[in-house]
Amino acid sequence: MTSKTMLYILKRIGMALLTIFIVITITFFVMHAVPGGPFTGEKALSESAVAALEAKYGLDKPLAEQYFTYLKDIVTEFDFGPSLKMRGRMVIDVIMDGFKTSAKIGLITAFIATASGIVLGAVAAIKHNSVIDRIIMVITTAFVAMPSFIVGSLLMIVFCVTLSVFPANGTTNEGLVLPVITLALYPMSYITRLTRSSMLDVLSQDYIRTARAKGVSGSKIIFGHALKNSLLPVITYLGPMLAFIVSGSMVVEQIFAVPGIGRQFIQSIINRDYTLIMGTTIFLAAMIVIMNLISDILYKVVDPRIELE
Amino acid sequence: MKNKPFSMQVNLDDFIPASPEDKEYLSKMRPSSTFFKDGVKRLLKNKVAATSAFFIIVITISSILIPFFWPYEYEEMLGVTQGGFVDSSYSNLKPFEYGETEQQKIENGEKVFPHIFGTDNHGRDYFIRVVYGTRISLAVGFFASIIVLLLGVTIGSVAGYFGEKIDLIIMRIVDIIYSLPDMLVIILLSVVLKQTLNLEGTFLQAIGGNIISMLIVFGLLYWVSMSRLIRGQILSLREQEYILSAKANGAKASRIIRKHLIPNCISVVIISTCLQIPNAIFTESFLSFMGLGVNAPMPSLGSLASDALNGIYSYPHRLVIPAIVICLIVLSLNLFGDGLRDAFDPKLKH
Repeated sequence: MTSKTMLYILKRIGMALLTIFIVITITFFVMHAVPGGPFTGEKALSESAVAALEAKYGLDKPLAEQYFTYLKDIVTEFDFGPSLKMRGRMVIDVIMDGFKTSAKIGLITAFIATASGIVLGAVAAIKHNSVIDRIIMVITTAFVAMPSFIVGSLLMIVFCVTLSVFPANGTTNEGLVLPVITLALYPMSYITRLTRSSMLDVLSQDYIRTARAKGVSGSKIIFGHALKNSLLPVITYLGPMLAFIVSGSMVVEQIFAVPGIGRQFIQSIINRDYTLIMGTTIFLAAMIVIMNLISDILYKVVDPRIELE
Repeated sequence: MKNKPFSMQVNLDDFIPASPEDKEYLSKMRPSSTFFKDGVKRLLKNKVAATSAFFIIVITISSILIPFFWPYEYEEMLGVTQGGFVDSSYSNLKPFEYGETEQQKIENGEKVFPHIFGTDNHGRDYFIRVVYGTRISLAVGFFASIIVLLLGVTIGSVAGYFGEKIDLIIMRIVDIIYSLPDMLVIILLSVVLKQTLNLEGTFLQAIGGNIISMLIVFGLLYWVSMSRLIRGQILSLREQEYILSAKANGAKASRIIRKHLIPNCISVVIISTCLQIPNAIFTESFLSFMGLGVNAPMPSLGSLASDALNGIYSYPHRLVIPAIVICLIVLSLNLFGDGLRDAFDPKLKH
């Protein structure tokens, strides 16, 4: 690894930390800009009760002080404060509860989408302009145009309502099949198209022709030369894929009643649980930023040809 | 007369003066074509793109015109009459079914306009709701792209033309916004804007706070990719000689940007705006689906789909219809945008 690469990596890490810091700042100040604080609900509380509550949550202090306490707690103790609406629970515990389920779905989705996307893309590129290629392209074009809530609802109609093969409730392992499929379709289609176009590009390169001319067998060319080189763009998609899975899981968990972090987030928005909204936003944003960082660095490290900025 | 091989004698037949017909034939050249005409020609040759364009035009015009002559209103609850009981026979009608009073009218020989898609659980005609939903989704997509276009082009061209410090600052801001997780920030901002925006008394009130906040959010976040694109274009264009000559003639920076630079990257602008629309429609329907979009009773395709989830076992058609409409709109916009790119700027294809 050259010093230039090291410098690039350090710069990217610094940028990622800055981004997370900015997300925390935006989230904090934007949430505190909402008029009529968190305790102006349907039930009118007496003034003394509100004052007591505000003192308990530290909301009576000046905004700048609250901000620095909040920032310090996150950095030093990974503590996002208590939930405002779920009595006696800390935000980080609520997040972690949902995160267990969501991480399971997310990882399986990412694995299935990447694996099937690469296979489909490679097949389409090898059989370029054949019927198989056309079919794969039409299907992936259609899936890219379908929002995840529509895919999820349609799958639910077919498999839960009409055929009743799967339960419509995502609390069991069986119930996670449809959410995973729903989430995987879009990234799978995207990766398929990505792999296909980069594979087509690689297959027309001179070194492939050289290998052919030397009499290397077809499968050896594909697995030994073409596939490895055409997978590079897929690495850059890993970060955006996670971002998609995070936002998609909000919808999918809502549709299939999966007790995950996305559903928790929507619930906290409906309940106006400000600390929980802030905590979840920061947590998910940090995850996406870190994933983007990893996929960026991986890309530069794996392919030394890429010029560093 | 046959020439000897290698003889230098010229063939006199080659020097006969041209007849008027010959002249006519030669002077008939291809009519001159502009860049725009060429592009349109290529676009129309692309059958997929042409069909998509046709479909988009049809669906846009019909979503604008149908509400004018349709006998039902999107918020009109058909079973509710003033001072009377709520006639529940109008709720949850299947396609082409009629409410009780309508049945009587039909038996008396009167004509009743059919409920093509049935009605929803409040007895509202579902067809007109889908039409309004389409209208809202298209409008949000269109205006969001216009906002993104204006912001992106202005900021991008300023950054690209002035370069140096201004460019550095703008590009750092772009980098930061670019690395923010957009969907999370959009959700956060729309939660907050929904409650902070006070539009009472302004003309914007009619549009609804949620749509306005959605447009603001789109504007704030999505201009970055457009401005990056424009900046890149302008960076290469500003080194051209005609810019130097304009400068030498004393043209101001704003004039050079407006009259020379932007017109020269217009195809990039149009293409990326066109590809931005389906993106915005996607996000709008996503937000509406989560209840952060348009205000009830105003429908959007996303909120129609999310409302339909409650009755999914009994009335799946209410979900399928908006789903199909969204998919068709997004798909045809995507395909049209791709066609536009291929026709006007093949270099953009990565």
